[in-house]
Parts: sequence; C-alpha cells; structure tokens
Amino acid sequence: MSAHCGPVSARAVTGRTRLALVGSPNSGKSTLFNALTGLRTKTGNYPGVTVARYEGVARVGEHEVVIEDLPGTYSLDPISPDEQVVADVLDPGNPDLGTPEAVLVTIDATTLRRSLGLLAQVMQTGLPICVVLTFRDELARRGGSLDVAALRRALGVPVVGVTSGSRNDLAELQSMLLDRSAWERPVVPPPTDPSQRRAWVESLLHSAAYEVPEADRRTRRIDSVLLHPLWGTLIFFATMFVFFQIIFTVATPLQDAVQSVFDRLGTQVTEHVSPQLLSDFLGNALIGGVGGVLVFLPQIALLFLMISLLEGSGYLSRAAFLMDRLMAKAGLEGRAFVALLSALACAIPGIMATRSLPSAKDRFATMMGAPLMTCSARLPVYVLLTGLLVSPDTRVGPFGAQGLVMFALYLAGAFSAMATAWVFKRFSSRSGPVLPFYMEMPSYRLPRLRSVADAIWSACKGFLSKVGRIILLVTVGLWLLLSLPMHSDAHLRSAGIDPADRTAVSAYEVDHSFAADIGQAIEPVFEPLGFDWQINIGVLGSLSAREVFVATLGQVAAAQNPDQPAEALTHMTYTDGPHQGEKLFTPATTAALLVFFLYALQCMSTIGVMRRETGSWRWPAVAFGYMFVLAWTMAFLTHTVVGALT
Amino acid sequence: MVSVQWDARRQGDTAAPAESAQDARLADLRPGMRGQVTDIDESVEPSTARRLFDLGFAPGAEVTVLRKAPLGDPVVFHVADYEVALRKEQAAGIHVRRTA
Repeated sequence: MSAHCGPVSARAVTGRTRLALVGSPNSGKSTLFNALTGLRTKTGNYPGVTVARYEGVARVGEHEVVIEDLPGTYSLDPISPDEQVVADVLDPGNPDLGTPEAVLVTIDATTLRRSLGLLAQVMQTGLPICVVLTFRDELARRGGSLDVAALRRALGVPVVGVTSGSRNDLAELQSMLLDRSAWERPVVPPPTDPSQRRAWVESLLHSAAYEVPEADRRTRRIDSVLLHPLWGTLIFFATMFVFFQIIFTVATPLQDAVQSVFDRLGTQVTEHVSPQLLSDFLGNALIGGVGGVLVFLPQIALLFLMISLLEGSGYLSRAAFLMDRLMAKAGLEGRAFVALLSALACAIPGIMATRSLPSAKDRFATMMGAPLMTCSARLPVYVLLTGLLVSPDTRVGPFGAQGLVMFALYLAGAFSAMATAWVFKRFSSRSGPVLPFYMEMPSYRLPRLRSVADAIWSACKGFLSKVGRIILLVTVGLWLLLSLPMHSDAHLRSAGIDPADRTAVSAYEVDHSFAADIGQAIEPVFEPLGFDWQINIGVLGSLSAREVFVATLGQVAAAQNPDQPAEALTHMTYTDGPHQGEKLFTPATTAALLVFFLYALQCMSTIGVMRRETGSWRWPAVAFGYMFVLAWTMAFLTHTVVGALT
Repeated sequence: MVSVQWDARRQGDTAAPAESAQDARLADLRPGMRGQVTDIDESVEPSTARRLFDLGFAPGAEVTVLRKAPLGDPVVFHVADYEVALRKEQAAGIHVRRTA
C-alpha cells in the first residue's frame, strides 16, 4: 500500500511537521482539532478501509504544522478497522500510513483513571508525546481536583491543560507545537502487564493528588427523566419527530428556493441565448446541474446542525441507548437509528450521518441499507404510479386504497433497509471477531457554537467538492443523451411535426434521442417486467434524480404539462413487440415499476456520496449492483403475481 | 505493535475465589446494586476481554449498576469514575462479587 491511494496523500508533506492527535471518544479531541486548525482541513480515506482521514494545518506565527485527527479509541489493541488505523499510524514499525513525528494525546480530566490506560499504550510506542488535559472546568465543577504540574513530573512528558474556548490555554499549546524540544519520550515506558499497569495508573493518580470528581448530579438528574422508561421514550420520539421534521419540512422551502433561483436563471439563459442547443445546454444541463448539487445543501447543513447539537450535548448517546435493543435486531447499534431516520428524507444526509457510528462495519452496513428507505425523491414517482394503479375512490375498509399502497411502500422500504443492513453486517462480520458493544454516556454539556459551525461547514464543503462534480457530470451526460442528436426544422416537418409545437417537438426529440436508442437496446432486460423502451427512457433519465422520472415520462408521452402526465400515460401503448397496441400501464407493469423504484439505486447523488464516504468506487458499485438485482427480481415477481391476479 | 497478550483470567488478584452467594455475573445485578470485578469469563474472546479491561472493568474495580434501557438492554454502569453502557451479552462475561 503506498502513498497514492486516496485523496489525502499518505506521504508526509515535506518541510512541515506532522503530528497525530489521539484520544478517546468524547475527550474533546475534535474540538481541539478544530480549534488548532480552524477551517484549514481536508478529509480523505485511509487506503482500503471505510475510515475517514482528517488532516488539518495549524498555523502558529510563520510556521505550519500538519495535524492528523485519528479516530477516537479507548485502546491501542484494535478490535475494529478504525482502531486498526490508529494502531498502524502510531506504529513506528509500520511506515505505510506515515508515522507522525510526535503525538498529542487528549485526556478527559474527569475520566482520568480510564484515560491513563490509553496514554500508557501511546507512551509505549516510543514517539514523543504531549498530553492535552481537557474538561478541567468540569472536574472543578464536580468537586474534583488535580495537580497538573505534579502529573507532568510523574509522567515525564509535558502536560498542557486546556479549557474549551480559552485563548490563553490554546496559545500555550500552540507554542508547544513549535518548540517540541520539550516533548519528551518517557524515560521509562509504562508497564504492559495489566495488573502492573493498574498499579502504574493508581500511583500516577496518587502523585497528582487526584481528587475523584463526584458523580455528575446534573447529568444524573437529567438522565432520570431522559432515560425514564416512559418519559424518556416519549421525549425520544418527540426529539426524533422534530429532527425528521426539520430535515424534511424545514429543508423543503429552502430547497425550493434554491431550485427556483436556478430555474429562473436557466429560463433567463434559454430565452436570451441562441442557438437553441447552446441555450438548452447552458440553461438545462449546466445551470440545472449546478442547481441539482446546491439543492442538497440546506438539508446537509440542517442535518449536521442537529447531529452536532445532539452529539455535543450528549443526547445522541442517550438516543442510541434507548434504540439499541431495536437496532440490534438488524445487527446494528442504536446510533444507526439516526442515519436510517435521516435517509427517510434523503439518502444523502442518511449516508453522511453514518459518520457518527464508531464502527466501520456498522457504518458500511447502514450505508448499504439506507438507500432503501423511502426518500422524498421517490414520493412524486409513487404518487404518479399509485394514481395509475388504484383509483382514488377505491377503499379497503375505512382506508383509501391509495394511502394503503403508499403506506405499504414505506413499510417495505424500511423493512428492506433493516434486512439488508443485517445481511451486510453478517457478511462483513465473518472476517474478524464480533465487536462487543459499549458506549460511554458522557456528561451533558452545552454544545459549543464553534464546533457546531465547524461540523456544518466541513460537511457542506466536503459534499460540494467531492460529490458536486459527480452529480454535475452525470446531469450533463444525461442531458446530452436525452437531447441529441439535433433535428432541423425541415427534418421535423418531413416527419410530420410542426416545429412551432413545442410539446410535439420535445416528444419527437426524446423519442429519437440517444437515450431512446439505449432504451431500445436494453429492452430485452426490462421486457419481463413489462417495461418498454419508453419507460426505459424514464428509468435512464431518473438516474439524475428519481423525481425526474415523472417529467421525462411526461415528455415522452407528449403530455401538455409534463409535470402532471398521469392523463397522457393512461393512453400510452406498446409501440412494437407481441403486445403492440396494448395499454402500456397495466396494473402489472405499474406495480412492477413501483417496486422497481422501491429497490433500484436510481440516484447518482447517492452513488457519489457513497464514493466520498467510503473513499472508493467499490461500495457504490456493490450497492448499485445488489439493488439492481433486487429491484429486477422483486419487480419481476410483482409483475408475475399482479399479472396473474388481474 | 505494543499489543499485549491479554489474559485477564489468570490474573493474580482473585486466584481461587471461594464460591459464595456474593459471586455473580454483572448482568445479573439490578439497578442500584454494586459489585467488585473479580475476573472475565473464559468464554469471552480475548480481544473483548482486553477491551473490557481498557474500559475500566479490571479485576478489583468497583461497578455500580445505574439503569436499564426501557427494553431491558443495554445497561448503564458506573465504573472507573465514568458511565458506560454495555449490552447484557458483554455484562454476562464479567464476574463480580456483590458489595451492596
């Protein structure tokens, strides 16, 4: 494995010092990373694993120091791919990932007894170390105390205390970053034997006059409500309801606003630029494509606003605690719930939310399941097809049949997502032992504004720079397929089309486009599902976004209003083959199409974001492949069953 | 790597504990009860046993059961001056002597 796998080079940047930041989850590590590096960060992936790599540059005066924020861990004896990365980076005998020149270790002053164990392991690597002591203010609040100078002497390595938000503390640490002559390797490495290590920790605590903080009364009081069997559960569902409402309902008008700005811009361009093809390209493909990228930003920003609030306050652990039993049925853990819930709005935030899962295997299994949750882009397709399938007057008992079909689709999506996650978790767990489940319940803390802003910024930045390009390219590519070749007015007239009739021209264009050629070429694949080449064009077009299916099909059907094509669709017939002249949207075909959209990964934005989160094309390819096979099979079964019943 | 061949089971502290009514599995303790970790069960994978040690469930450590999730699992424990949730499956692998 060498330096050129993955976006962030594993090679040390010459001339700049490289430090690694190590610490347990909740030890204030990421807050410190953000405080030191500001917004000069970049993310990538470690070669070969689904583990994100965060690097940032700390500027101290004229100098720059590269800091690598390693995944949070409780131990250097790895039991997960994330922890393996930490162990490998800190192993001087393993230069593949670039051994840092020195290590910053964050230690939570309120959990010193446990945290010193990790420090002991880091000290055994022999790398120069500086300890950063966090949450001293909380230690004092809870009646604990610690002599930092004594701890420094006892450890034999520098110890800097930081209070979040304190510039003086940060300045002291920054000067330490430059003057690393003070960073010492421990003279005598701590013992490795477990019982000797316990004695080592106890003697350190004694030398540093450590007064154990009292149990956090405030946290216990809040927990007695938030983790109460009844009230806690109610508050949990209320919180999740608000969470979902915000990424679904609050994001929608913002997204509509972004969309309408770009629509207007596109219209302006199409009206004022000639020739027709160039203006179409600029207006629809390019501006439409940029709009198609930016439209996700409100949702991503809101998602990360809420996740960082939940995480920073400590509630995310509580929510995961309440949901763990349920998620365990899918082989996942409680924290996966938030990701799957977000995927109900859109798979993009859903997949990005898997970052809060500490285990790479869980992250990967959740990512594979998340696109099956019924996202908002499927809704217009479901509404259109359900309308064709059952009339609004049909009732089953007291319920409208249309509502029941929609409900069944949501349920099938959620169930399939859980089942898929379970299968992938089983599959990935065959290699390596089953991970034990453990989750620290941190004290409730006020989320820091700065950390929240940093989280939102880096999520949006990462999405734009890595995923935006993919979405833009595919949008332009699909536009070219649907619009080319061009037809002259003379050609149109000879085909019996009035060039002034925009609806007829656009229907003729799409019917004779390269996309139509592809639609016809892949007809044998979809024929068993009842799809003809016209539906195939819609399926192809929907790769840019599922809801595009509605408008594309409207264009094919020459509907007067392509956004409301239901009426035109009912008149569509098979144009060739054994069913020529028969109605295209039979109940069997319509139901098969619904099921196809339930399972197929008809969304290149999802593919793009999976590429970004996993750092390789392998997992998006796996997801696309398995979902296509699943979609085809389920649609075929549906077509057969419904065909036999009607 | 600095990895230690971990074997908590042959730890000295509690070499031959006499079977008594106080001996229990951590998973059997109810909220409010306290115990002292004696050792990790032999059926637990060495890597998991090692992790439990790193999380603070070391022989001699005092553990208090704080609360169970509404569905009975997982359970929050107070150990090594902090709070951590384990599933019953993991807690069942930890031998304790009840102290309260």
